[in-house]
Amino acid sequence: MKIGVLALQGDFREHIQAAKASGHAALTVRRPEELSEVDALILPGGESTTIAQLAKTFDLIAPIRKRIAEGMPVYGSCAGMILLADRIVDGAAGQETFGGIDMTVRRNAFGRQVDSFESDLTFNQELLRAVFIRAPWVEEVSQKVEILADVQGSDGKGHPVAVRQGSLLATSFHPELTGDLRVHRYFFDQVCAGAIK
Amino acid sequence: MSEAVGTARVKRGMAEMLKGGVIMDVVNAEQAKIAQDAGACAVMALERVPADIRAQGGVARMSDPDMIEKIKAAVTIPVMAKARIGHFVEARILESLGVDYIDESEVLTPADYENHIEKWDFKVPFVCGATNLGEALRRINEGAAMIRSKGEAGTGDVSNAMMHMRKIGGEIRRLSSMREDELYVAAKELQAPFALVKEVAETGKLPVVLFTAGGIATPADAALMMQMGADGVFIGSGIFKSGDPATRAAACVKATTFFEDAKVLADVSRGLGDAMVGINVADLPAPHRLAERGW
Repeated sequence: MKIGVLALQGDFREHIQAAKASGHAALTVRRPEELSEVDALILPGGESTTIAQLAKTFDLIAPIRKRIAEGMPVYGSCAGMILLADRIVDGAAGQETFGGIDMTVRRNAFGRQVDSFESDLTFNQELLRAVFIRAPWVEEVSQKVEILADVQGSDGKGHPVAVRQGSLLATSFHPELTGDLRVHRYFFDQVCAGAIK
Repeated sequence: MSEAVGTARVKRGMAEMLKGGVIMDVVNAEQAKIAQDAGACAVMALERVPADIRAQGGVARMSDPDMIEKIKAAVTIPVMAKARIGHFVEARILESLGVDYIDESEVLTPADYENHIEKWDFKVPFVCGATNLGEALRRINEGAAMIRSKGEAGTGDVSNAMMHMRKIGGEIRRLSSMREDELYVAAKELQAPFALVKEVAETGKLPVVLFTAGGIATPADAALMMQMGADGVFIGSGIFKSGDPATRAAACVKATTFFEDAKVLADVSRGLGDAMVGINVADLPAPHRLAERGW
């Protein structure tokens, strides 16, 4: 498979390494022409406002929405989760997303950087170490969305931090920072394999 | 569930999220909003930009917490703030305010001319300046989770940033070419811990994200630094000391992403109005060179 990684800002290099380490071709996507060459897309961690701003300026929002509507598999981590949400709370005024997952995501839900943390969690029945950096959580989802992992917030309640709707996958945490390829492999082997003929 | 905050991975990981982005100096909430709307990946909250610190002289200190709070309230992107070199109490105050990153900065007047802050002890991550590899590794050894080349802040003259990026890059390449038994002497010469020297020699890069700072005033300057291997750029006085800050800020953000595309760089360089006036670093008398602060 040809995996594209949206390379406008953020830790796209780490996602490219994860795709290559999983045995796939990986290329950066900064323009609509580059998007049309890829089978699946990863939206990296970074600043969601910056990425959305650049996506708008360089005419990527409509083409990405179109590919999502056509069923292209997309995985977003952290900022990428925000960009896949149909609705966001605590965003910057007028902040746009690509959307696709019928959920509301709260930005910086776990707090500021001093509250950033790492924690063990169960994802797809496997225990893994997850790194949360100024991370969002999923505030509410429709019945179309499958919850793959959750974590307890400072409010004492459990909040979804990994979700899937069809060919779209999103996590609040950053598997690309740990060298653990299991979340990427889940995306390539379970999500993409079913969606790409 | 074993939860841990303030780990090296979480601190260094925060800097990974800033990569490919522009961090802009702002002195009030209005400027912070302009920076965020232009696509800045973070803002540095301070009372005076380096060009004004230079012009006005006197002792430069941590900013007023009220001013930092106002900027935090105005934007959703990360907010950084500066503490004086070695001033661990200013750093504790900034940590308690919940700033996302502390810059232990030579732009402020140093509080300690021998020691830097012991940074491992904090939950908040630190970025520190460096003019060469040894200095970068000493800061990382003290707990810095991000390095920026120093350049010469507040000048609009990119030549020192260039010199520091070349120096750091050149020293890394030199280590990569060495036999392992030569790294002991290299560590001695760099005045840096052997373990970090060995890690750099093996990986061919710093163990933390490397931004560049000091004297960047145009989109072309930002792209130049990215082509020199910077992971991202800090722009201090260059934006809000220029004729049209909003346009210049957006142009620098685009140039940092499309740093290898001369056509995009040409497009974003058009019609930016006046750049900051600037000072040639060579004309600065030695005591006024900020890059020489830090040891």
